[in-house]
Amino acid sequence: MMTIREYKKTESLEEAYQLNQKKANRIIGGMLWLKMEKINVGTAIDLSGLGLDTIEETEQEFRIGAMVTLRMLEQHPGFHAYTNGAAREAVRHIVGVQFRNLATVGGSVYGRFGFSDVLTLLLAMQTDVELYKGGIVPLAEFVKMPYDRDILVRIIVHKEKAAFCYRSVRPTKTDFPALTCCAARTEDGQYRFAVGARPMPAVLVCPTCAVQDMPAAVQQAVTTGSNIRGSAAYRRHLTGVLVKRCIEQLEQ
Amino acid sequence: MTIQFTLNHKKVSAEISPDTVLYDLVRSLGCASVKCGCETSNCGLCTVFLDDVPVLSCSVLAARADGRCVTTLEGLQQEAAEFGAFIADQGAEQCGFCNPGFIMNALALFRQNPDPGEDEIKEYLAGNLCRCSGYEGQLRGIQNFLAWKKQKEVAQ
Amino acid sequence: MKTVNQSVRKKDAMQLVTGQPVYLDDIAPKDCLTVKLLRSPHANAIIQSIDTSRAMLVPGMEAVFTWQDVDQNGRRYTQAGQTYPEPSPYDRLVLDRHVRFVGDVVAILAGKDEKTVEKAMKLIKVEYEVLEPVLDFRTAKDNPVLVHPENNWESLCPVGADNKRNLCAHEETGSGDVDAVLQGCDVVIDRVYHTKACQQAMMETFRTYCSIDAYGRLNVLSSTQIVFHCRRILANALHIPKSMIRVSKPRIGGGFGAKQTSVCEVYPAFVTWMTKKPSKLIFTRRESMTASTPRHEMEMHVRLGADKNGIVKAIDLYTLSNTGAYGEHGPTTVGLSGHKSIPLYGKAEAFRFTYDVVYTNHMSAGAYRGYGATQGLFAVESAVNELAAKLNIDPIALRLRNIVKEGEVMPAYYNQLNTSCALDRCIENVKRRIDWDNKYPMRVLPNGKIRSVGMGMAMQGSGITSVDVGSAALKINDDGFYTLRIGAADMGTGCDTILAQIAAEVLECPLENITVLAADTDSSPYDSGSYASSTTYVTGKAVEMCAKQLIEKLCEQAAQMLGVHADTLQFAGDRVETADGQKSVSLTEIAVAGQCGANTALEAAVTHSSELSPPPFMVGAAELEIDPETGETQVIDFVSAVDCGTPVNPNLARVQAEGGILQGIGMALTENVTYNAKGEPIESSLMQYKIPTRADIGHIRVEFESSYEESGPFGAKSIGEVVINTPLPAIADAVANATGHRFYELPITPEQIAMACLHRDAK
Repeated sequence: MMTIREYKKTESLEEAYQLNQKKANRIIGGMLWLKMEKINVGTAIDLSGLGLDTIEETEQEFRIGAMVTLRMLEQHPGFHAYTNGAAREAVRHIVGVQFRNLATVGGSVYGRFGFSDVLTLLLAMQTDVELYKGGIVPLAEFVKMPYDRDILVRIIVHKEKAAFCYRSVRPTKTDFPALTCCAARTEDGQYRFAVGARPMPAVLVCPTCAVQDMPAAVQQAVTTGSNIRGSAAYRRHLTGVLVKRCIEQLEQ
Repeated sequence: MTIQFTLNHKKVSAEISPDTVLYDLVRSLGCASVKCGCETSNCGLCTVFLDDVPVLSCSVLAARADGRCVTTLEGLQQEAAEFGAFIADQGAEQCGFCNPGFIMNALALFRQNPDPGEDEIKEYLAGNLCRCSGYEGQLRGIQNFLAWKKQKEVAQ
Repeated sequence: MKTVNQSVRKKDAMQLVTGQPVYLDDIAPKDCLTVKLLRSPHANAIIQSIDTSRAMLVPGMEAVFTWQDVDQNGRRYTQAGQTYPEPSPYDRLVLDRHVRFVGDVVAILAGKDEKTVEKAMKLIKVEYEVLEPVLDFRTAKDNPVLVHPENNWESLCPVGADNKRNLCAHEETGSGDVDAVLQGCDVVIDRVYHTKACQQAMMETFRTYCSIDAYGRLNVLSSTQIVFHCRRILANALHIPKSMIRVSKPRIGGGFGAKQTSVCEVYPAFVTWMTKKPSKLIFTRRESMTASTPRHEMEMHVRLGADKNGIVKAIDLYTLSNTGAYGEHGPTTVGLSGHKSIPLYGKAEAFRFTYDVVYTNHMSAGAYRGYGATQGLFAVESAVNELAAKLNIDPIALRLRNIVKEGEVMPAYYNQLNTSCALDRCIENVKRRIDWDNKYPMRVLPNGKIRSVGMGMAMQGSGITSVDVGSAALKINDDGFYTLRIGAADMGTGCDTILAQIAAEVLECPLENITVLAADTDSSPYDSGSYASSTTYVTGKAVEMCAKQLIEKLCEQAAQMLGVHADTLQFAGDRVETADGQKSVSLTEIAVAGQCGANTALEAAVTHSSELSPPPFMVGAAELEIDPETGETQVIDFVSAVDCGTPVNPNLARVQAEGGILQGIGMALTENVTYNAKGEPIESSLMQYKIPTRADIGHIRVEFESSYEESGPFGAKSIGEVVINTPLPAIADAVANATGHRFYELPITPEQIAMACLHRDAK
């Protein structure tokens, strides 16, 4: 059971950052995963008073605050249109509406979880992560960075002329995925694939071969592992299947 | 620490610990309809409205309710009885333990989407587990309720 | 019939849907002691030392109990809710120096609240001598490692148990020369099937509240299906007289058999008896998943012989059952794997049914809806489906050639007569409604997905023959309403309502005129409890008989009032009148007369036991949609027909069936139980143990094909358990029909299906 000694609804990012430098302190997002940990938190740092719960859309980008919930991401009309429904498809299977009303985009991305649908989705797009001290970092780079005491402020998705498709396979409809795949097809026919729930954090693969060879190429490039939701061999097989299906969808 | 919030349309003040979760707080304030069925945020039994949005009260720090509105089934008795009667007419409430969470989330669905199709119902309520009913009787109850409401609206 | 066979609302329905505080934790006082259990991290170990001194320093701690507080040479007990003498061995102590599974109880802690106790728990220091565990039930029998080496282990019944061989039970039964008949068969299906220790996963976990009442007795309020057995279990566990214990139940948040075992009661009872202070124990979901009472894991070796026309000539079944660390329901569940599967095949000339039930260092198994029949029917029905495929005979046609008929004797069902049976109609019903002839075996959709069908049959019992006891007591109150006292436990199933319906039917009154007082050892007439599909059939009959007796008393009272002979009177619901209708006295007048200057109690009590256990029958067919590339599989339609005799409340019977079917679907496709090398269960939460959500299922459709069971109340048999059985063989066969690959172990996962298809396509 998790215990918390103090709770602080911070009034500025600087205050949150300062508090977060203490090892015992933790930033709380939706608190869904955090609460299952057996930890003693010194100060629970709450960012929910900092206006980070909005999705701003401009000509060039979507600016998604760290405290935006998965449900907001699912229902944002502009983001829905931009992603051809991939955003909704990525999160709609996650447990239930009440869960998605709490889980935050910031928590999902910061956690860099090995099961993350959100990470898979965003990785296939031109996504940057805005850190309070670290500044703007491409998501692909952020995924590889070690956990530090910086604060994830928002996610910036740069608009491009591309179409997206999201697919996942789950042992049951609302379970963690056995594999996730998000494909981006740019205007000039180039493909990017983010493959997640391997069960390691999502990776980005940008094959340059002919389209029909891409499933095999991505399979080759992606390392898979085993857990109770699937063996490495099954995940490898699914990688090929989901890449193929995304392509079929996007070539239409 | 002390928080102030609106519980079932009444202003209340509560002394809480920093790690008190909303589930424990509302139960201690007499809202026994709110149930707990897991420790892993995936059974839906503890569903309450936080500013009219359905959330899992087991996963919300009570501190975060400060200044906000919390609604449990105790605050929605009329709606609960009106809709619940249709569940009762199927015998689908069975043991009843998942009902408050299920009914809360169903009411949230009806507010957001007054005329949901079968797939929409299943998707919206997927996070409400029930081990007794096989869900089929709940679905019949929902559909009968929606049909009755539509008929009532036409009649008015 | 006016009330029976009517779909009335449950009497408690509106309280439940509006969220009223009627469950244990809603009622238990907030300031009682919180009890928590320190559990073993080892699968097999001896506690060398245990230091609780620092834990007791935590402010607010009341007590910590360890094995040193329990006489290790005292008589052991079982937590199984069964009629005395229990077939389950007496193999437990409340706290045992020898811990036998990961999760076995090491210490009982009681303190002022959860935080206090959690904090104290971390401060207990335990040293263990870690022993080698028995983790594979196939190696348990005669293993040099004994799960119960102790000398005070005890088996009360001749079930073939021997703790020095890790045997909880053994038996061999049969009729005819199986080997000879099998040898003469044109086809023999010889297969081994494996099912796991699935969890009941009722939404309300195990929980109990205890206090000392005004008479100094231990008052136990528990979420239990078995108040009377629980009283005995607690007396045995605590070594105190039964007269000092009272057990009652509030509303129960689901049971499915889990609460037929006193999984949690002994611990707060121990605390309250020792401290004389009120206490409660609420199991976490994790405890409910890892230290509870799941289905017995079973491996079943079936040899099924038939002639070339598909007539089943012989069935030879060997079942190996894993009872885990303790023997709760071990000797009895296993019997159903044969006795509730083999009798379906009425033309068999010979059968043999052999079993071993073994101890291992897994959590103890127990009672789960279906109780062994589920496992056995998966094996036998799957073998029959494979037989049909091998002979190229439609499985439905093959069933119709073989099934047991009404009026036939069932040798594998204790030679009982099949007194009521609509199994043939159930088959025809399902065949028609699922459009079997057009859908069997499979078709490929334009999008590459496969639609396939499969079916299975099932039977169960209605109570335990000549063992289960149901009782009812009825009295009339002023205003002419009745109080019905029962010892059966409504756990959401609606038995309070169903039994009241039976009473109202006989007493010719509106249902509202019957109030129900539920299970309480002090005030209820004796009832074995709500399990073994006994309540409607056994207790229901007691209610019917009781109501008739009460009518006689009411007529006698009326006779006195009218100055006529009781023989000349007839009961008319709201009044008693002479046969010619000339004279009458109202029910209210009778009731009032019974409360003023009266010398006769206007009440009746009846206890009933049945020499029969008439089986309900069921047929189910699944239509699956399978994505052969990903292995994702959904039951898009499950069609079933049930013969439960007269459904007393068709709505409630239907929901029983729908709910049971979905549990069966879960067992077939998603609910897995695995252990790591240390003997820890992996699926320890609802996050990892996947019960179906509403998004996972298409439609479940249930119809009734009712026979009429003369020995049951208004023709009724049981419904509660039979409903879980058919999805397992039906789904396994549908998967085989879609993929060409037969699976012999459940659950069948998407991965297994996808990989099977991949290998098939590679060939």
